[in-house]
Amino acid sequence: MTDSKYFTTTKKGEIFELKAELNSDKKEKKKEAVKKVIASMTVGKDVSALFPDVVNCMQTDNLELKKLVYLYLMNYAKSQPDMAIMAVNTFVKDCEDPNPLIRALAVRTMGCIRVDKITEYLCEPLRKCLKDEDPYVRKTAAVCVAKLHDINAQLVEDQGFLDTLKDLISDSNPMVVANAVAALSEIAESHPNSNLMDLNPQTINKLLTALNECTEWGQIFILDCLANYTPRDDRESQSICERVTPRLSHANSAVVLSAVKVLMKFMEMLPKDLDYYGTLLKKLAPPLVTLLSAEPELQYVALRNINLIVQRRPEILKHEMKVFFVKYNDPIYVKLEKLDIMIRLASQANIAQVLAELKEYATEVDVDFVRKAVRAIGRCAIKVEQSAERCVSTLLDLIQTKVNYVVQEAIVVIKDIFRKYPNKYESVIATLCENLDSLDEPEARAAMIWIVGEYAERIDNADELLESFLEGFHDESTQVQLQLLTAIVKLFLKKPTETQELVQQVLSLATQDSDNPDLRDRGYIYWRLLSTDPVAAKEVVLAEKPLISEETDLIEPTLLEELICHIGTLASVYHKPPSAFVEGSRGVQHKRLPGSAGSGESVESPDTSSAAGISDAPPAVIPSQGDLLGDLLNLDVTPPATTGPPPAANSGVQMGAMDLLGGGLDSLMGAGFGAAPAAMPASFSAPVSGGLDDLFDLGGGVGMPMGAFSPPKTVWLPAMKGKGLEISGTFARRAGVFQMELTLMNKAMSVMTDFAIQFNRNSFGIAPAGPLQVLTPLSPNQTIEVTLPLNTVGPVMKMDPLNNLQVAVKNNIDVFYFSCQYPISMLFVEDGKMERQVFLATWKDIPNDNESQFQIKDCHLSSDAASNKLQGSNIFTIAKRTVDGQDMLYQSMKLTNGIWVLAELRLQAGNPNYTVSIKSSVVQPNL
Amino acid sequence: MGEHRRRSAQTTGKLFFLSVVQTEVPPLFVVEFLHRVADTFQDYFGECSETVIKDNVVIVYELLEEMLDNGFPLATESNVLMEMIRPPTILRSVVNTLTGGSNVGEKLPTGQLSIIPWRRAGVKYTNNEAYFDVIEEIDAIVDKSGTTVFAEIQGVVEACVKLSGMPDLTLSFMNPRLLDDVSFHPCVRFKRWEADRVLSFIPPDGNFRLMSYHVSSQNLVAIPVYVKQNISFLETGSCGRLEITIGPKQTMGKTVEALMVTIHMPKSVLSVNLTATQGSYTYDLTTKALIWTIGKLNPQKLPNLRGSLSMQSGVPKPEENPSINLDLKIQQLAISGLKVSRLDMYGEKYKPFKGVKYLTKAGKFQVRT
Repeated sequence: MTDSKYFTTTKKGEIFELKAELNSDKKEKKKEAVKKVIASMTVGKDVSALFPDVVNCMQTDNLELKKLVYLYLMNYAKSQPDMAIMAVNTFVKDCEDPNPLIRALAVRTMGCIRVDKITEYLCEPLRKCLKDEDPYVRKTAAVCVAKLHDINAQLVEDQGFLDTLKDLISDSNPMVVANAVAALSEIAESHPNSNLMDLNPQTINKLLTALNECTEWGQIFILDCLANYTPRDDRESQSICERVTPRLSHANSAVVLSAVKVLMKFMEMLPKDLDYYGTLLKKLAPPLVTLLSAEPELQYVALRNINLIVQRRPEILKHEMKVFFVKYNDPIYVKLEKLDIMIRLASQANIAQVLAELKEYATEVDVDFVRKAVRAIGRCAIKVEQSAERCVSTLLDLIQTKVNYVVQEAIVVIKDIFRKYPNKYESVIATLCENLDSLDEPEARAAMIWIVGEYAERIDNADELLESFLEGFHDESTQVQLQLLTAIVKLFLKKPTETQELVQQVLSLATQDSDNPDLRDRGYIYWRLLSTDPVAAKEVVLAEKPLISEETDLIEPTLLEELICHIGTLASVYHKPPSAFVEGSRGVQHKRLPGSAGSGESVESPDTSSAAGISDAPPAVIPSQGDLLGDLLNLDVTPPATTGPPPAANSGVQMGAMDLLGGGLDSLMGAGFGAAPAAMPASFSAPVSGGLDDLFDLGGGVGMPMGAFSPPKTVWLPAMKGKGLEISGTFARRAGVFQMELTLMNKAMSVMTDFAIQFNRNSFGIAPAGPLQVLTPLSPNQTIEVTLPLNTVGPVMKMDPLNNLQVAVKNNIDVFYFSCQYPISMLFVEDGKMERQVFLATWKDIPNDNESQFQIKDCHLSSDAASNKLQGSNIFTIAKRTVDGQDMLYQSMKLTNGIWVLAELRLQAGNPNYTVSIKSSVVQPNL
Repeated sequence: MGEHRRRSAQTTGKLFFLSVVQTEVPPLFVVEFLHRVADTFQDYFGECSETVIKDNVVIVYELLEEMLDNGFPLATESNVLMEMIRPPTILRSVVNTLTGGSNVGEKLPTGQLSIIPWRRAGVKYTNNEAYFDVIEEIDAIVDKSGTTVFAEIQGVVEACVKLSGMPDLTLSFMNPRLLDDVSFHPCVRFKRWEADRVLSFIPPDGNFRLMSYHVSSQNLVAIPVYVKQNISFLETGSCGRLEITIGPKQTMGKTVEALMVTIHMPKSVLSVNLTATQGSYTYDLTTKALIWTIGKLNPQKLPNLRGSLSMQSGVPKPEENPSINLDLKIQQLAISGLKVSRLDMYGEKYKPFKGVKYLTKAGKFQVRT
């Protein structure tokens, strides 16, 4: 007799019969009945009517029966809350049972019953179980705290369970530690800003000890938790790495990947010249390779992560090219991913091998894969210059196969090769022209037409070729039509005599017979250019083209950094930040890589950029420098802490963390002419500009307030990263409205539409107050100025640096991410003028610890002029005092989140250096 | 509550395991866990299929309860689970029916919380024995001309240890340095491996995978057979030719057994008409898979398969070249040359019976044409 018999009883009156059996005196019969109930529950039958009868079976010493009853309870307690109360007594009693298995079972089950009334009764037993003598009970209770927190967070906090849970991190039993960490991590996830996981060297040490002894699952929790820690210096970082590396040899692939995450993150802190750094690089390769021998679904996850890792540190896997060679029975998703990684790893040293492989793939069965392989050959040519010749000849070989889709892909990539290496491979044009008729895909046709137009002077029958396309002009896709128009105009400019008729034909087709505005516009522009000034037309149409960049599909550096912090999670598989797909508040915490050790040097690694062709080093961020007060007032303590105006997000120079007032005042008061403040490292003096020039308006002398200072626009998203969309912008406060001023420039060939903007959560809750107003499509080379009003009612999360803002801009092409930094002064509100009395009292109240001083050098303004100037930026002068020839200005400002900041500005006639003292009462703002 | 997402892992093509998660969880964590669930079912019921799960629904419930609590894996070690929930046997179900006993252990398993969670206390055997199987799979890609494009060995050491008490074992190899990357069962002391390249461990009771490893240095990976092949499709007419010969290459003096060739033909190949000098072949019309089962490889008389392929007429010559997949086995040989030199036991007095077996198999072994 097997359990399947429980599924077969479907006759009428079943519930009634079960009821009788449940109330039977015979134990065995009871158990059978409960099993039948469970089976019915499994297949979705409603057996809730039996609730009281099942609960009656709960008081038993048969563990199996008890377990089954508990199972039933978890399922139905929610629908029968009043009845569930009946079970409470048994639970409480079971929590005191001498058998630890039963105690644990009881506390575990109680946590799963999501009924408010029951949770109240749960507190006492849970408290006892958290301190139980048996570690099995303690570890079960730890998980129970997380469950309870999910039901009633307030209750958990009030009862002090969180502290007990934190204490369990120091438990002597590694399993208890692991479960406590897991529970705390889960709770912390729903409260991203709570300081729950207070990681310090002592706790880290405990975690590392537990790591060696707990189960594989516990190891994953601990490793994921370790990854959130920022070591104090490179030495600590190294010692953690040393203790984590043995996990790379674990049989569980999830453990391996979590260990890789920790190592990738902490490696950032290690100096490159350290021997250990090299050792670590070597140790990382084999486990990654081994992951590739697992089942396809594990392989895929591994490959997506490896894709990130090779973008960040290509040196790890540079000798492992061969493991990414595709096997014909790999599933397609594995194949495509492997191919992508192969190209990223391609270098001069291994290009011959790679090309041989790619050529092999180009004859495979799977069309998608073949296409990607052909494209890959083109990418190799563009990436490794030395291989270009070989790539072109390989492509020509492939074209000879006459396989339709291969030929088309080859032509598309050859176009790119022409753009990258002009005047080098044009000899192959003849071969390409032979295949003109077989092209039926728009992209390939457009590419071919571009080639014909671009090299019209070398192709004898260029006019015939283009004319042949012209016949079916209206049936072509827009892409092809636009290319055809341009190509014929090019042809005309090159060979005006024979092609006049052709050009007229295409212009009239484009302008008169087409309803596509882009095509019409382009047609008219050409027409007018040609009719008014053919010389100018030549200059415009045949202008020298910029070379195309090496790699086009790299992940944006800040995003890459974030994803590296999420190795092993879904984010790393999607290659999207968790905020992009996790709803609600859970897990939307932005993570950053720690900065490199030592001074504020750039974390750019020379081999990273040279090998992967990453042109900009990712702007890394120095680890958080303590609490906000530290940021707020610590203007001079940390050497790289103050910088000039907000750096362009893509500048690639590590600008250091920008402090609240450091950044604000620097750009406000300026530090820009030659003599930088003492605290400012020499390397920063160059980019520092604006500042006083703008704010104090030296040219105009003592002028009226001109409104708030606004830094000049900088490029936030370069066209290279924005697929042709360039965004530059700045922040301004005009007439009390905080706004973002953007210039969008379309440097791509196609029209951009459907613009939208979104901000990530940030320190001051800045959010767009309306949609991005780009009403008309943005044509190629068009520029548009947009003003986006902002408010500060969005979700808040402390950023590092504090004034960092992560922005996502979407258009019809893609979503682009960049980050920028706003001057803090934008957040000074208009009602920031304090009453004199209040000011006085507040100033006295603030302890001196909260005060910070710094100097502004070389400023030639009178106190009145300065005061006027600053008022324009909502820094209000409350009082002025003159002592011993020194003017003291007392000023107040208020941030949008209500934090008051008080300042004293000291000026001495004839001395161009001002002294500023800043105070704020808020020590730990509730961000 | 966060968004619900699902992930599934497929096992043996019969059942899909689905898990619902509410937060951002490492996907490998979920997939690994699901694999573990499937393995546990396999251990308990001998197979993992719909019928079996239905037949044992109560045990399945109990197992899942023990394995997972609120998304946190609890006990996933087969040894520990078996102590808490006893696997069904005919004898036990008879006894249970008579006595009203249950399948659930009443006591907390000893392994659950000790630092050696994989071993239960108080193990007793009359015959103490420890067997180790070194199994290696060759993954290779060989190109048309017979050159090895890529080759590596995936090896595992499977153990079956039935020893009483708390034995502490040390397994040493003759040539441990040829292993590139190793992953161990949690019982292996990693420090000893780092320092002395020996496997020192207190084994779980019963069957387990002690270690898996990886040899990728090309020169160490011997390719045991060569394949001479010629598959051609004629430009005109509707036929093609096929000829395959297999011969021994580096077999280290051992016999290659269970040789099997699989070729996935292009879609336009309608039927095949071939003669095999050894073994037999089948051609599946729907999957277009040509399977040639050869058996033992006789170096004196090489197996050969030749004949014609008939193609769909009027269809252009296939663009792709079919790859040849090889299966083979070599007994008593680890192709990497890995050899166990000795097994020592500490901590217990008795003399165990020890044995080591070697086996080489083809993994993903393919020859391009």
